[in-house]
Amino acid sequence: MKKFAIFLSVAGVMALMAWGFYQAMYVAPTESTMGDIQRIFYYHVPNAILCYLFFTINFVASFFVLIWHRNRPTMALKADAWALSGAEVGVVFCSVVLVTGPIWGRPVWGIWWTWDARLTSTLVLWLIYVSYLLIRRFAAGGGMQAIAAVLAVFGAVDMPINYLANRIWRTQHPSPVFFGGEDSGIKDPHMLAAFGWNVLAWAAWGIAVLCFRVYVQRRQQILDQSEAEAALNNF
Amino acid sequence: MTTEPSNMASQSSAPAWTSLVLTHLRKDLRIEWRSRDAINAMLFFALLVVVLFSLAFDPSADTSREIASGVLCVATLFASVSALNQAWARELRHQVLDALRMTPGGGAAMFFAKVLANFFYVTIVQAVLGPVFFIFYNLRPLGDASLLLLVVPLGTWALVVNGTFFAALSIRSRNRELLLPLILFPIFLPALLAMVLSVKTILTGDGSDPSFLWIKMLGGYDIIFTTICLLLFDVVLQAE
Repeated sequence: MKKFAIFLSVAGVMALMAWGFYQAMYVAPTESTMGDIQRIFYYHVPNAILCYLFFTINFVASFFVLIWHRNRPTMALKADAWALSGAEVGVVFCSVVLVTGPIWGRPVWGIWWTWDARLTSTLVLWLIYVSYLLIRRFAAGGGMQAIAAVLAVFGAVDMPINYLANRIWRTQHPSPVFFGGEDSGIKDPHMLAAFGWNVLAWAAWGIAVLCFRVYVQRRQQILDQSEAEAALNNF
Repeated sequence: MTTEPSNMASQSSAPAWTSLVLTHLRKDLRIEWRSRDAINAMLFFALLVVVLFSLAFDPSADTSREIASGVLCVATLFASVSALNQAWARELRHQVLDALRMTPGGGAAMFFAKVLANFFYVTIVQAVLGPVFFIFYNLRPLGDASLLLLVVPLGTWALVVNGTFFAALSIRSRNRELLLPLILFPIFLPALLAMVLSVKTILTGDGSDPSFLWIKMLGGYDIIFTTICLLLFDVVLQAE
């Protein structure tokens, strides 16, 4: 039964992804000035929005790690699994943003990369979470989770800066499509639909991967604990 | 000593926070005065970086105004990392760090004193390095040079406060010398950008930043990150 539910949800996610692809590539009209390259927008922006979601999951989970790690270690361990998974999936989404951006920028701007506030803060965001994943590998022992959680707080500080970057400063990066003033928003209903479907599809994919990752990490933690107990019993 | 350090701080008999900071600061400065490890290493290292860049680029007067701010900031950055690694590592000998954990007042005072001490060392290095730097690069600031006295300390504070924090964070990891720059550099990047751009504006006098936006940003960065570091330092200190 459980396997069937997993199979069903995976199939649902795949179908949603395929539908999103169809909407973005075939249904949405070609943009008048940029041409077909604009379709990368249906991947770039949903991934950017969702990378905030997963880094927020990482931040909330890290917050609970910090609260619980002294008094309720079992709960802290659970929260830590969520924090790790959130950071890993978030880094994947952020990487997609950083790859699709230059692919769009080269034909439209004529350059791959520029050091404006939006691009720089996105790169910094990515670097911080990569260093978060690195410290989890380097720092050993039980203190590692609290230490990683502390670093996650620093990463979370960069998120609002990144969100506000092209709202505060004039950037080469296009001004915000949503919540960016009177002109913002997608006017064409087909474009809006393609965008909405892709947000949904990528969210479903990301959450599915997140849940699998949390599950694997929990199994790993339980395995580590039983190994530690076995080692203690042998004494 | 059976009570938790954090509980001791809340007791009325606990010493004032400032006097705790001063005690820790006096200890740190005395150690440094007797050994002079950090300052000597930093000074020589930063000097080498400045000479290396000067030789590698062989800049003309105009180019050196453009790149000097970056070279100065990066030289400070590399030099401080080598010293910051030692800031907590020297407390590991004879279990001093464990003893410090049991002192009253919690970690924030100890951390703040450490930051002040390191800020002092880096400032000394910059004060010595500055004139050398101006000579090697034939610099003559075209903007308001007195602003340097505001920008450089603000940038240094951003570097030292984060560096001290992450040095403590990476102290228990394997190869901590490698780990510190790996965590510190991404976090420090916004401050580095603000510092380099404002120093460059001062040196070239191009008036590209009339409202001092970058200096304000640097100040805001300092306030935010100092607050986070002070709030979270106890967690780092007590993490086992």
